[in-house]
Amino acid sequence: MEWLTGNFGDFWSTYSTLIFQVGVHALLALSIWLTLSCGLLSLANAAFMGIGAYVSALLTLHLGWSFGAVLLAGGLAPAAVALIIGAPVLRLSGVYLAMATLAFGEVVRITILNLEITGGPEGLNGIPLATEGWHIVLILALTVYGLARLRRSKVGRAFEAIKEDEVAARLMGINVDRYKLLAFVLGGFIAGVAGALNAHFTFFISPREYGFESAVDILTMAVLGGTSGLFGPILGASILTLLPELLRSLHDFRSLVNGAILVLVVLFLPKGIWEPRRIRAWFKRLKGAKA
Amino acid sequence: MNAPNLLSIRNVGKHFGGLHVLQDVSFEVPAGSIYGLIGPNGAGKTTVFNLITGLLAPSSGNIAFRGESLLGLEPYRITHRGIARTFQNIRIFREMDLLENVMVGVHEHLNYGPAALFFNTPAYRAAEKRARERARELLTWVGLDHKADLLADNLSYGDQRKLEFARALATEPKLLLLDEPVAGMNPSEKAILMEEINNIRERGYGVFMIEHDMRFVMGLCDRIAVLNFGRIIAEGTPDEVRNNPEVIEAYLGKEDAA
Amino acid sequence: MLEQQLLNALTLGSVYALFALGFTLVFGVLAIINLSHGAMFMVGSYAALTLVTRLDAPLWAAMLGAMLISGTLGLLVDVLILKPLRARNAPHLIPMIATIGVSIMLTSAAQGLFGAEVLRFPDDTLPAGEFVIGEVHVRALEIAIVAIAFVLMAALFTTLKRTQLGRALRAIAESPKAAWLLGINVEGLFHVTSFVAAALGGIAGVLIGLDFNAITPQMGQPILQKGIAAIILGGMGDIRGALFGGLFLGFAEVLSKAYLSSQMGDAVAFGLLFLILLVRPSGLFGRKLERKA
Repeated sequence: MEWLTGNFGDFWSTYSTLIFQVGVHALLALSIWLTLSCGLLSLANAAFMGIGAYVSALLTLHLGWSFGAVLLAGGLAPAAVALIIGAPVLRLSGVYLAMATLAFGEVVRITILNLEITGGPEGLNGIPLATEGWHIVLILALTVYGLARLRRSKVGRAFEAIKEDEVAARLMGINVDRYKLLAFVLGGFIAGVAGALNAHFTFFISPREYGFESAVDILTMAVLGGTSGLFGPILGASILTLLPELLRSLHDFRSLVNGAILVLVVLFLPKGIWEPRRIRAWFKRLKGAKA
Repeated sequence: MNAPNLLSIRNVGKHFGGLHVLQDVSFEVPAGSIYGLIGPNGAGKTTVFNLITGLLAPSSGNIAFRGESLLGLEPYRITHRGIARTFQNIRIFREMDLLENVMVGVHEHLNYGPAALFFNTPAYRAAEKRARERARELLTWVGLDHKADLLADNLSYGDQRKLEFARALATEPKLLLLDEPVAGMNPSEKAILMEEINNIRERGYGVFMIEHDMRFVMGLCDRIAVLNFGRIIAEGTPDEVRNNPEVIEAYLGKEDAA
Repeated sequence: MLEQQLLNALTLGSVYALFALGFTLVFGVLAIINLSHGAMFMVGSYAALTLVTRLDAPLWAAMLGAMLISGTLGLLVDVLILKPLRARNAPHLIPMIATIGVSIMLTSAAQGLFGAEVLRFPDDTLPAGEFVIGEVHVRALEIAIVAIAFVLMAALFTTLKRTQLGRALRAIAESPKAAWLLGINVEGLFHVTSFVAAALGGIAGVLIGLDFNAITPQMGQPILQKGIAAIILGGMGDIRGALFGGLFLGFAEVLSKAYLSSQMGDAVAFGLLFLILLVRPSGLFGRKLERKA
């Protein structure tokens, strides 16, 4: 018994950061999944994460709010921003939307970089270590549960309809603009909470973490894992967080592997790794072969 | 007997820059009737549908539904008012199964909020159950219920049209706009659809269709309007229209044997 | 002072325009956003540097070599990655994501091969000499950069407007299927376009590498974002738009850095981009994204 807990203790202290990261990345991947599920390619989630991280960190550092309160604020702040820019931005579609959200992300990053209160390029240091494992697990579980319920409901069907054929969706009585805004704002909220959680266990944040590269990483996780369901983004987040650790010996070339994975998945597994339909078909063929 | 007509199109014009697609188009669709819109290709028929459903705004004129103007309304609001539509080139949701496709149609009639959704309340469950049952009912009505769990993409052409029909009915419309509903169907399928449209007329729905199949249109519609080069050249009962010299001329060589 | 800044702006802007041209060429003809274009820019720079330092090539040869190398890389990306995706009729987002992967791979490879430090061209490679006109210092290098950029752009414009090849490309930009039905070798021209666009990106990289005399593996990143900004400003898919957008961006950046603050330069560019997208997504000369098959 002691051997088990002893080893677990060692395991935990070595890998807890990694596991926390998987959790946070899973939340981020789910946040972009949400917007993708309604046909929106939004690259703003890294920026939303950044807003959540900074707002929550500043509230903790300067106003001493409780952790629960800063988490909530960390989610509400980017959600509010999403609400404001959402209406005009979401009128764009496809690539234009991607570009606009990218540009927005850059504006946010540069703003953070230049404000005094955010510590400028040096970032914020000394954020109290408030996040614990159970916070992440709980929030991830709630998010997965909430999104799963959403998917099965009329909202999920509306998203799917909008993603497939916006015009037909409108003519079925769906208020497309409102639903797109919902996906965008809710995605922003989740990303913001993820940012707040992250800030409170890495105790140091800087604008560099919330730019184009992070936005691309988040997208990669969702695309890699598969966007047909909720498990895909979590799988993708896990793989892309753990893989660089496993490949640590490759040093600089682990980015190379990341990029290669992206290309290969796009070419050979267009819907990502976890694609229920393909997996089911594969199983059927297996059974058929045995019989 | 002075109830407003179901659909009232008055002096509607539409132009794109210098291109006049519709000019001074007027007609009335009375409640509980089946109305047809025919005309050579490119006459502007689908544009009329696009104007009614709010996808386009008329350059001039007015469109009123049950006495209230539809101008300036968003398409989804027009659907809420009671107008549903099918498409010439079929726009079903291919990646969803049949049941889900029809359930999308029920969307606006499901009134639960985020709390009910999140906590899986009895009210939510009951609403979803009703939606599912209604969808099944409609699928059964068009003869597709045994395929309810199939992906819409896997349907045959004729079945896809039936699905679109069922989905449009799911929105509980008072007026159903059908854009070439029998294109690509074989005679027995057409006969079945003719039967179904007559049935829904009996249930009080109004139907407004665009079609090229003359036998279908003449056999089903109470009144027909003929559009040519963006203008109405004739309007009346099938017999009146059939014998109208202008109509015959417009269709010279293009008319299916009546 | 102002004239000096305007000169700097012209230099920077013409290279931005060159880069944006390659980018918009791919968008117009292949209808995809090739996010590896920034990496081609970076590759061109390193290629020229290597040719100069390892093979003692004269600068003009290194430039040609850089264009060849980036061009070939662009061609490979098209043949190996974009072509299978076209065959599958993948929605626009998918090739875009694939090119992101390529970009990451190339950047990482460059870092692995050359290290992350800032590299420079040897001093004797750069054309020396400076003219003084009034109070403005004009480096021979700047003249060379602007000249090369404009010559290449002019060549591109002429090809597109006056030659059979150009007409074929414009036909494809309108509708690949129609072009194919007319007997145009659409697939082959996709390859050619990818090659030329990447080559233009590569030479732009060399020019910027010379102008700032700083080459790093990450240099493709900011230029990519600016390229996107440039073509959105000027209108995606339109080559006049790329020229205008690139120049405008160069001027906006240099002038805001000089007269507002150095950090705000980038913020201005992106803020502008964001606003333009909201107000007029098709840019000044732009065309709609969806085109007929």
